Amino acid sequence: MNSGMSPHGFRAPYDASRRGFLITLVGAGVMLGYARSGLAAAELLAKDAKAPLSPNELFEPTIWYGIDTNGVVTINIIRAEMGQHVGTALARIVADELEADWSKVKIVTVDSDPKWGLMITGGSWSVWQSFPVLSRSGAAGRIALIEEGAKLLGVSPEICAARNGAIHAGERSILYGDIVARGDLRRRFTNEDLDKIPIKTPAKRRFIGKGAVALDVPSKVSGSGLYGIDASVEGMIYARPKIPPTRHDSKVISIDDSAARHMPGYIKSVPLDDPSGTVPGWVMVYADSFTAANRAADLVKVQWQPGPSAKVSERDLQQRAADLIADPNGGSLLVDDPGVDAVFASAKRKIERTYTTATAMHFALEPINALAFEKSGIFEIHTGNQWQSAILPVLAKALGRNQDKIVMRSYLLGGAFGRRLYGDYAVGAALAAKTVGTPVKMICTRSDDMRFDCPRSASMQTLRLAWGYDHRVAAMDHHAAAGWPSATIAPKFQRKDGNGNLYDPFAIQGADHWYTVGAQRVRALHNDLVDRTFQSGYLRSVGAGWTSWAVESFMDEAAHEAGLDPLKFRLGLLDGTGRNAGSSPNSVGGARRQAAVLTRCAEKAGWGSAMPKDVGLGIASTFGQERGMPTWIACVARVRVNRANGYIAVEKLTLVIDCGIVIHPDSAEAQVEGAALWGLSLTLYEGTEFVKGQPKDTNLDSYQVLRMGGVPEIEIEFLPSAEVPVGLGEPAMTPVAPAIANAVFAATGARVRDLPIRPQAVLQALARES
Amino acid sequence: MTTFELNGRTVTVESPDDTPLLWVIRDELSLTGTKFGCGIGFCGACTVHVEGRATRSCITRVGAVAEAKITTIEGLDPHGKHPLQTAWLDLQVPQCGYCQPGQIMQAATLLKDFPNPTDRDIDAVMAGSVCRCMTYVRIRKAIKLAAARMRGEAQ
Repeated sequence: MNSGMSPHGFRAPYDASRRGFLITLVGAGVMLGYARSGLAAAELLAKDAKAPLSPNELFEPTIWYGIDTNGVVTINIIRAEMGQHVGTALARIVADELEADWSKVKIVTVDSDPKWGLMITGGSWSVWQSFPVLSRSGAAGRIALIEEGAKLLGVSPEICAARNGAIHAGERSILYGDIVARGDLRRRFTNEDLDKIPIKTPAKRRFIGKGAVALDVPSKVSGSGLYGIDASVEGMIYARPKIPPTRHDSKVISIDDSAARHMPGYIKSVPLDDPSGTVPGWVMVYADSFTAANRAADLVKVQWQPGPSAKVSERDLQQRAADLIADPNGGSLLVDDPGVDAVFASAKRKIERTYTTATAMHFALEPINALAFEKSGIFEIHTGNQWQSAILPVLAKALGRNQDKIVMRSYLLGGAFGRRLYGDYAVGAALAAKTVGTPVKMICTRSDDMRFDCPRSASMQTLRLAWGYDHRVAAMDHHAAAGWPSATIAPKFQRKDGNGNLYDPFAIQGADHWYTVGAQRVRALHNDLVDRTFQSGYLRSVGAGWTSWAVESFMDEAAHEAGLDPLKFRLGLLDGTGRNAGSSPNSVGGARRQAAVLTRCAEKAGWGSAMPKDVGLGIASTFGQERGMPTWIACVARVRVNRANGYIAVEKLTLVIDCGIVIHPDSAEAQVEGAALWGLSLTLYEGTEFVKGQPKDTNLDSYQVLRMGGVPEIEIEFLPSAEVPVGLGEPAMTPVAPAIANAVFAATGARVRDLPIRPQAVLQALARES
Repeated sequence: MTTFELNGRTVTVESPDDTPLLWVIRDELSLTGTKFGCGIGFCGACTVHVEGRATRSCITRVGAVAEAKITTIEGLDPHGKHPLQTAWLDLQVPQCGYCQPGQIMQAATLLKDFPNPTDRDIDAVMAGSVCRCMTYVRIRKAIKLAAARMRGEAQ
C-alpha cells in the first residue's frame, strides 16, 4: 500500500472523516438522495430550503449519522448505490455498534461536499475502507448516549446498557430519541479517544453477519426508484450529443442541420467549447423532447477533422502490445527480484505462453446521462456517479468556476461496473447547459454510450517460467501490456516502481500473485496506442480481469507440462513463505488462506472425480485484486465442449471465498453470483474490436452478453473468518475465465488463450491437438 | 393526439403518433419505472403490457396503441404486491434494479402462459430481458416461487 494514496488504506479516509468528529449539535444539512423517490428535482429543491433542525432536535455525533427526537437514525452514505446494497451494509456497521433499533434506521445517499472527504465507489473498497471509521463512530455515539442516558435516569453509567435504541438500567430505560430531546449531548472525542474505542468482538454483533432486507430493494421492485435518467427539473430541454469519429483530437469543421430544422421540437445544434478537453469534438443537439433530440441528432450532419486514431484498429493495438513486450527495455517493474535472467539462462526446461483479451465494453443498462443547470450561483449536476472527487476538478475547469460552486446530486446508478467512475458524461451535460443557459437533460442513446465508453483495454501478456530441480519453480517472469486508465482519469493513483517509473496499479494488479516461484519479475507496460485511440477505463475487477486470466491459465499449463495435478501444483506454491506470509491487518495468513479456499473448493466440486466424455473440471484461484486487500477466492468450472461446433456449455461454477468478516450475507452472496457471471460473460460472450478508431459493436444486435439461458448452476461458500472485511464487488470475476479455459483443456486437451473464447477458436484449438 | 388506457386510467397524449410509447410514458406521463436500455427492443428494460402482452415500448409507436390497455410496473398491482413483486422482495432479486421492472413485466406474462414454468420455459421467455448485474439466478428462483404461490403450492 502506498501511504500517499488515500483511497487505498485506512488512514486517509479515517482521518478525513474525523475532522468532523465532535459531539456537536449542528444542523441536519442537506439530505438528498433516492430516499426522495417520486419527487422531481424542483420539488426537492423547495423541500431542502426548510430550516435546519435545531440542536434539540438532532444528535449528530459524527458527520456520518444523526439521531432525531423520534429516535430515527439517519445514516449518511457517501458510496454510490449501484447494485451492491452498500448503504445497507454500511448502515448495519454503524447500527451494530450504536445498538440502534434497526427498524428506525434510514439511509441517505449524500451529494458531493468536501466534508465527506474522498467520494469514490470502486475497487471493492467501500466496506473495507468504511468499516473502521463507521464502527468507531457508532461506538462513540453509544458511549455518549449511555453517559447522558444514565444522567437522565439518575443512575451510574456503569450499570447502563445500550440495546435496541434505548439505554437500560435494570427495569428502567430511556429511548435514544428522548435522550436527544431532553439530554445535553456535548461530549467531545479527540482522535486519540476514538482510536482507543474498542469495537465489538464477533460474538457480540447483532447486525453484522445477519440477514436483513436491503433498504434499496423495495423501490426497485415497485418501479419508484429514481435513477439519473429519471431526474427532471422545471423548464429543462433535452439534448443528445453527436459523438465525433475519434475519442481524442476530433475537431468540428462544419455543422449542417438543414434536415433537422423542419422537425417539430428541434431547437439547435451547437459545438461544445470544453477547456477541460474531456469531450473534444462534441456537438450538442437540443430539442424540447428526448425523441426530437434523438431524431434530430440523426439528421444533423457534422463534418469533423478526426484525430490520428481514425486509422487505428484492434490489430494495431495488439501489435503495439507485442512490440512493447518484445522490447526488454521500458515499462515498470512491479516485482523485480535479482537473478531472474540468470535463472532463465541456466534453466534446462522453460515454458513461455502468451494470452490476450479483446476490448470489452461496460454496457451498463442505463445509458450515460445527466441533468445540469445553474441555480442561485451553484451549478447542479444530477446524475449517477461513482467518483465525484475525481470529476469535480474537471468540471470546474470545464465550466470555468470553482469547485465550491458545483454540486453533484446523487441518484441510483443503473449499472456502473466501473463506467461511472469516470464522470466525463457529466462534463458533456454541464457544458450543454452552460452553452444555452437553461436546464438541460442530456441522454445518450445506446450507440452513443458505447462509442463514448471507456472500455476495458485489450491486453496482451507473456509469461515465462523456469523449472529447477525436481519440478521446483525456479523463476517466473510476467510481462503485461494494456491501456492505463489512471494515466488520464486519476494520475495520482499511479505508483512508482523501484526505479521511479510510473505505472497504473489497476492495469497490473493480480500479476503480483501469492505463489512462491523463486526469482520473480512482473513488468507493466503502458500500451500508449490504446490510450491514444480511446479512453481506457476501469471495468469490474480492472487489471485483475486480465492478469488473473493469464496467471491462472499459465499455472494450469505449467502443471500439465510437468505432469502435475493443477491443484497440487498450486498448493505446493502457496506455502506462505517470505513476502507471501501476509501481514496484519489486511492479509493475515497470506497465501495459506488462498490454499485453504482452493482446497475447500476442489473438495466441494469433486475435483479428481471421473467425468463423462468431453466434460471437464477446471480450477483457478486468485486473491481478488490487490495484495494490500486480498479477497481469497477459488473457482472450479465444469464445462461440456461440443467438438462438432466448438460451443462451450458451462454447466456449473463452484466458488469458495474468504473475505474476512461477512457484513451482509445475502448481499455478499449476490455480489459473488453477479461477479462470477460477469466473469462468464466476458469469457464466452463479451468482446469487441476497434475498427478505425471506433468500437465495432455499439448495441445488442451484435454485442453479445450473457442471458438467462447461458447461466450455469452456481454453488457459493464463504469460509468463516473473523479477519478484516475486504472487498466483494469484483473479486469473484477474476478466477472464472481461467477456470473455464482450464476446464476446456481438461475436457478436450485443447488450450485456448484468447478472451473471449469463441467457438471458432475452440475448433482451431481442437484441430491443433489432433 | 392519442388516447389509450394507462394503468386503468384513460389518458390522452399530445406526443406525435410516431413517438415511441416508452418516451410518452416516461416524459409526457411522468411514470419513470419503465426504462430505456438499448432502444432497439433487444434488452427488455422498456417492457410494458399492451392488452396484457409483454411489449417493448421503445420500439412501439404511441399511435399504434390507440385505445389499447397499457400496464406499466406502476400499475401491475394496485398495491405493488403482485406475487412476482413479493417474490422479488423475498428473494432480494434486484441489484442495481434498472432492468427489474422490465423483468417483472416480462415474467408476469410468462406466468399467464405457463403457470408452472420449466427451466426451459423460463430460458425461452426471459431470453430477451438482459440483466447486467447478472441477477439471473435469483430471477429464475423468484419466478418459480411466485408461480408456486399463485398455484397455492407455496407460502
